[in-house]
Amino acid sequence: MYKYNDFDEAFVRERVAQFRAQVERRIDGSLTEDEFKPLRLMNGLYLQLHAYMLRVAVPYGTLNAAQMDMLAHLAETYDKGYGHFTTRQNIQYNWPQLKDVPDMLSDLADVGMHAIQTSGNTIRNVTADHFAGAAADEVADPRPVAELLRQWSTDHPEFQFLPRKFKLAVTGSENDRAVIKAHDIGIQIVQQNGVIGYKIIVGGGLGRTPMIGKVINDFLPQADLLPYVEAIVSVWNRLGRRDNKYKARIKITVHEHGIDEIRRLVDERFAQIRPTFSGVDQTILREIEAQFAAPAFKVVSTDGFEATRMANPAFRSWTDTNLTAHRADGYAIVSISIKKHGATPGDATADQMRVMANLACRYGHDELRISHEQNVILPHVHKSDLAKLYSELRAADLATANIGLASDIIACPGMDYCALATARSIPIAQQIATRFDELKIEHDIGALKIKISGCINACGHHHIGHIGILGLDRAGVESYQITLGGDHTETAAVGERAGPGFSADDIVPAIERLVYGYMELRNDPEETFLAAYRRLGAAPFKTILYPEEKADAA
Amino acid sequence: MARAFTPKVVTANLLIEGDAVWFTARDTWSGDIADAELMTDEAHASLRLLEAQAQQNVIAGAYLADAVAGKNGPETTHFREAFRTRGPSNYAHGKQVEINV
Repeated sequence: MYKYNDFDEAFVRERVAQFRAQVERRIDGSLTEDEFKPLRLMNGLYLQLHAYMLRVAVPYGTLNAAQMDMLAHLAETYDKGYGHFTTRQNIQYNWPQLKDVPDMLSDLADVGMHAIQTSGNTIRNVTADHFAGAAADEVADPRPVAELLRQWSTDHPEFQFLPRKFKLAVTGSENDRAVIKAHDIGIQIVQQNGVIGYKIIVGGGLGRTPMIGKVINDFLPQADLLPYVEAIVSVWNRLGRRDNKYKARIKITVHEHGIDEIRRLVDERFAQIRPTFSGVDQTILREIEAQFAAPAFKVVSTDGFEATRMANPAFRSWTDTNLTAHRADGYAIVSISIKKHGATPGDATADQMRVMANLACRYGHDELRISHEQNVILPHVHKSDLAKLYSELRAADLATANIGLASDIIACPGMDYCALATARSIPIAQQIATRFDELKIEHDIGALKIKISGCINACGHHHIGHIGILGLDRAGVESYQITLGGDHTETAAVGERAGPGFSADDIVPAIERLVYGYMELRNDPEETFLAAYRRLGAAPFKTILYPEEKADAA
Repeated sequence: MARAFTPKVVTANLLIEGDAVWFTARDTWSGDIADAELMTDEAHASLRLLEAQAQQNVIAGAYLADAVAGKNGPETTHFREAFRTRGPSNYAHGKQVEINV
C-alpha cells in the first residue's frame, strides 16, 4: 500500500493548519459564510439539512487496518458512532461540529488520509476496482495509476477552477467493477502483444443527462498517461460550458462537439504538452508500483474450508454469495456486506469498523477496500481462515449473505441528510431489503442490482441499476420513478424510464410485482433480470408495473 | 403575473453545531419552528431575511421557507422542511430526540 512520503505528509499537514485557521476566522467573525464556503468545500465540508457533513476520501478505495481504526475513532469521537460509505469510495460523517473538523482532519493526517478535493469543481477522489490487486481477471493492479493521478491532480494549479467537478476511475480488468463508462474519464489498463497500455474513455456520467463514455484512445502508451489526461482536462477546461452548470460536465462537451473533434483537440494539446513531461512521472510511478507489491501469500491446505462448507449451510450460503475468485491459489476475495436487511446501505458503526480492521490484520494481510457498491472488501483471505472469519463476522452482525442480490442495494443519503435531495432513498432501500428477506426469495431471484437516488444528480447510480429508482418531488409529495435495464459494467447501458412514478407507499409493492413478474418471464433460473430484459424488451415489464393501464386500454 | 406571496419563516443552520434553526420575532434563533416569526408581507420578509443573514457569527445559510400558522405557531408546508424539524428517518438522531437550542 502507498505510504506518504515527506512531501505528502507536509502537504496534508499544511492544509490542516490552513483550514484550522480558516475555521477560527469563520467562528470569530473575520470570514463571512460566502467567503468561508469555498474554503470548507475544498476540504470536503458540506452544510446539509440537519448538520455539517464531512466527506473523507478513501483513495481508490484502499485502506489498511490503522486507517479503518481511525475512521472508527472519528465516528465515535466526533460523530454519532457511525459513518456512511459512498458510491465514490468516500466515507461521510453526518454530524460533525464545525469546531471539531480541523481535529478530524488532523487525526486523518496521522494515518495518511484527507478530505482534499472531495468537493468543489476540481478533480475528485480517483476511484478504482475494489478487487484491485486481488482479482483473478486482472491485467494489472489499477491502484498505482490511481495514486499517480491523485498526486498529479491534487492542487493542480490549472485545474482548481474547472467548469464543474471531474471524476476519474481506473480498472485493470476487462470485467468493469469500477463503472469507468460513467466517469468523466475512465481508464482501463489493457495489454497488447505483451505491452501494457491504457484504453481511455471520456464523457461518461450520470446525473441529469446520463451518458455512456466513448473511447477516445484505444491504446495509450504508459508513459503518455499523465500528459494525455492533462490534455483532455485542459481541452474541456477551455471548452466546457461555464454559462450553464447543467451543461458544464465533459459529457456535454463531448456530446456537443463530437468525440472526433474532441479527440483532434486533445491530440493537438497533447502534442504541445507532451515534451514538457520529463519522465519524472514514470520514475514516480515505478516507486508507487513497488509499494503496491502483492503481500506474501501463504501456501497451506484448503481442505478444512470445503469440510466446513459441507457441514455448515449458513457458511456455505455466505461463501456462495460473498466470495470472489482470487488470483492466488488458496485465496478468496471476501465482500463484507454492510447491507443487512433493513439497515442503511453503506453505514457501518465504529464497532463494526474496528472488527473489520482487526479481521484485516489477522486474516487479510492488513488490507481493506471500500466498493462503489457501498460494501467493505477483505481482498486477500486464505480459504483456511474463512470459517473463523465468518464466525467473527457473524458475532459483529456483518455476515449477511446477500452480495449481488436484491437486497444489496445502492442508496444515496437522500433527503434524510442531503440538502440537494428531492426525496428520501434510505427508507425505500430499507423497505425493499426487508420485504425480500421476508419473502425469502432473493437467492431464487439471483443477480439483481437495485440502485436508488434521491435526486437527479444520481449519486445512487439509478440509471445503471438493473432496476433504478429515482426519488422526486411531485407537487410537494415524494414520488419514485423506475428505470429498467441499466448496466454498470463493461456492457454499460442507461436504464429506460418505465412510466409514471409511484408514491412512497406504492413503490415497494411495485418492485415486488416487477421481480415476481420477471421470475415468471425468465427462461430458466440462470437467466438474470438484465438478460431477460434484454431478450424481451421493456413491454412485458411495463405491463407488470402498470396492470390497470393495460386493462383500461383493452 | 408574479406568483402571490405565501407566508414564510426564516430558517438557517447554527454556525458551530449545524442544527436547523428558525428566526424569532425577537431576533433570536430557536430549534423549534413554532417559535418562529411567521411573515405574511413580502417586503417585511425580505427585510427580516437580511437581518437574519447579518447574524453571521451565529448561523449559516439563512433562507425563506414556506410555512403556515398552526395551533402552536408556524408549521411547515413541505416535507423537506418538515424533515428539518425532526431529523433523519433511519436513526433516532437529531431534533426528534434532542433539542440544542
